[in-house]
Amino acid sequence: MKKLTMVQAISDALRTALATDPTVVVLGEDVGKNGGVFRATEGLWQEFGDERVIDTPLAEAGIIGTSIGMAVNGLKPVPEIQFMGFIYPAFEQIVTHAARLRTRTQGAFPATLTIRAPYGGGIRAPELHCDSTESLFVHIPGLKVVTPSTPYDAKGLLLAAIKDPDPVIFLEPMKLYRSVKQEVPDGWYEVPIGKARKVRDGEDVTLIAWGTMVPVAEAAANEWAAKGVSCDVLDLRSLYPLDEEAIIESVKKTGRVVIVHEAPKTAGLAGELTALINEHAFLYLEAPITRVTGYDAPVPMYALEDWFRPDAKRVSKAIQQVVSF
Amino acid sequence: MKLEQLERETAWVRHLSPEGELTEQGRKFWDSLSVERKKDFYRWMSYIRMFDRRSVILQRQGRIGTYAPLEGQEAAQVGSALALGKEDWIFPSYREHGVAMIAGMPLPQIFLYWMGRVEGCKPPEGVRLLPPSVPIATQIPHAVGAAWASKLKKERSVAVAYFGDGATSEGDFHEACNFAGVFKVPAILFCQNNGYAISVPFSRQSASETVAQKAAAYNFPGIRVDGNDVLAVYDVMTQAVERARAGQGPTLIEAVTYRKGNHTTADDATRYRPEQEVTEWVERRDPLERYVKLMKAEGLLTDEEMAEWEEECKERVDRGIREAEASVPAPPPHLFAHVYAEPGANELRQIKELEEMGGSGK
Repeated sequence: MKKLTMVQAISDALRTALATDPTVVVLGEDVGKNGGVFRATEGLWQEFGDERVIDTPLAEAGIIGTSIGMAVNGLKPVPEIQFMGFIYPAFEQIVTHAARLRTRTQGAFPATLTIRAPYGGGIRAPELHCDSTESLFVHIPGLKVVTPSTPYDAKGLLLAAIKDPDPVIFLEPMKLYRSVKQEVPDGWYEVPIGKARKVRDGEDVTLIAWGTMVPVAEAAANEWAAKGVSCDVLDLRSLYPLDEEAIIESVKKTGRVVIVHEAPKTAGLAGELTALINEHAFLYLEAPITRVTGYDAPVPMYALEDWFRPDAKRVSKAIQQVVSF
Repeated sequence: MKLEQLERETAWVRHLSPEGELTEQGRKFWDSLSVERKKDFYRWMSYIRMFDRRSVILQRQGRIGTYAPLEGQEAAQVGSALALGKEDWIFPSYREHGVAMIAGMPLPQIFLYWMGRVEGCKPPEGVRLLPPSVPIATQIPHAVGAAWASKLKKERSVAVAYFGDGATSEGDFHEACNFAGVFKVPAILFCQNNGYAISVPFSRQSASETVAQKAAAYNFPGIRVDGNDVLAVYDVMTQAVERARAGQGPTLIEAVTYRKGNHTTADDATRYRPEQEVTEWVERRDPLERYVKLMKAEGLLTDEEMAEWEEECKERVDRGIREAEASVPAPPPHLFAHVYAEPGANELRQIKELEEMGGSGK
């Protein structure tokens, strides 16, 4: 086993998929010779050639639209959208076609593709590079949406997404691309879609987070552990389908919930999770479910991004609220 | 579209005049065709017209929903679709019922689609026809992607996108053309320029004089053809298919035609089209009438044969709608059919909820 960063693990997953399945193609802007702006496709073009790892014109709708056609004709495309903030030109293709083709053709021509997009802030990127609009995609029936927070999960989840028969939006937390190294197995393994990861076990508060916010939640949990309050930390990994069982089980145990996401608060996924918990575990709650999220403002340029993105301090304050309610 | 613009008949391919006379080039092409093929053109165009006229009536009777008529565009659809093989992919817009019929979509299913039934989208095994694309131009990149996959897999199939003149204003058209040109894929971009995007004429749609000329920007051939001349359409489409199969890349075909009726059964075209123009296209340029004249002049069609064929078409259409109407209604949980390959916990719970509301269909 090698110790890899998340971006290396993603690269390793793509290499494994390309080597294992001849129908897999990787395409997008700068993914070929340049190896991707984050180096997620480093060396793949050299190894697999121009017909498997394809530099495309700069055209998001074109990249996703042609990927859908490739999928219809038997390939498994893995298109890269360079940043999630640039996915909107392709939004129509994703919503009106990728998500619906299986239903509309009653299973004859599903769009089996995996759309990779780096998301979230914290890396001092220029404007519009740091969006976290996962709820737009979670809202669309027919799509699956996943995001890892560790190198091990990144590889296993990406391979599961590529193998999955449905279209999957695979969100890559840019902030975590190089933040830690972890042992990652060689070859093909899968982290199942629809299963949350228990980051740490606790009795008093359930912290729910995903992607970039997992280490933030962990830091707050560490802080409270020292004060004798233990947090059950869940990394959802899969935003649709949700691991309802893991969420409900944890809430029933702790009775207190803090949900953390980087996306703006209104109509963010925390609202959906709150409703889900109300439907299934209302009588177990000891305090109102509390949300720690980005603000209802456009994702700012980086001078103010530390104020926008939830940090351990804000999560900590929310924990304080729910334990002292 | 102004009449003088429509009259610009130079720089397009035409084999058969509105009077039913073959041009010099047309005669050569005609002589190269088998009698069976010549009869196919007539049979399909008249069958499709019968289907279309009946569909408008069925909509008025409330037996199908809002419908998009195609009358006037039979030559463009028949000529192009008959040039394709079973292995080729078709990505239509919402007016290509004629193409769908030729591709092998059973009539009851086409009716089912217009009755609001998603099952009407699923082609029989081996028919490479996608459902009608309702958002404009979005199916064009799909055709380019499917063609690209053929090329990567070293298969001989080509992919055709059907769209109208309005679609050429959309970004997806241009992105698809760009990809098609850059990767030299075996795609055919087939535009039926019927002069109007609902009410907006081509002159307001585009500053280019023609759709075909747009191909120059993407460095592949753009061919303008008289879209009401089935022979010319079949000829240029056959050549485009051959070029694509030979690895020579995409072709943009602009078939200049006219929808004789409304955009859909919910539209009133008299609000935006000049009478003189409509008369010209309806009375003088009809694609079926000119072909019938030729067939009769060549001794390949009699009034008796026409009457027999019409009777048969009528029966087929009647049978099609009867079968569609006899189809068992889908139960409400069918809402969830094929949303995902396997329904998850959330979908299963909602299916159960529907069933508990009495929606099992039993």
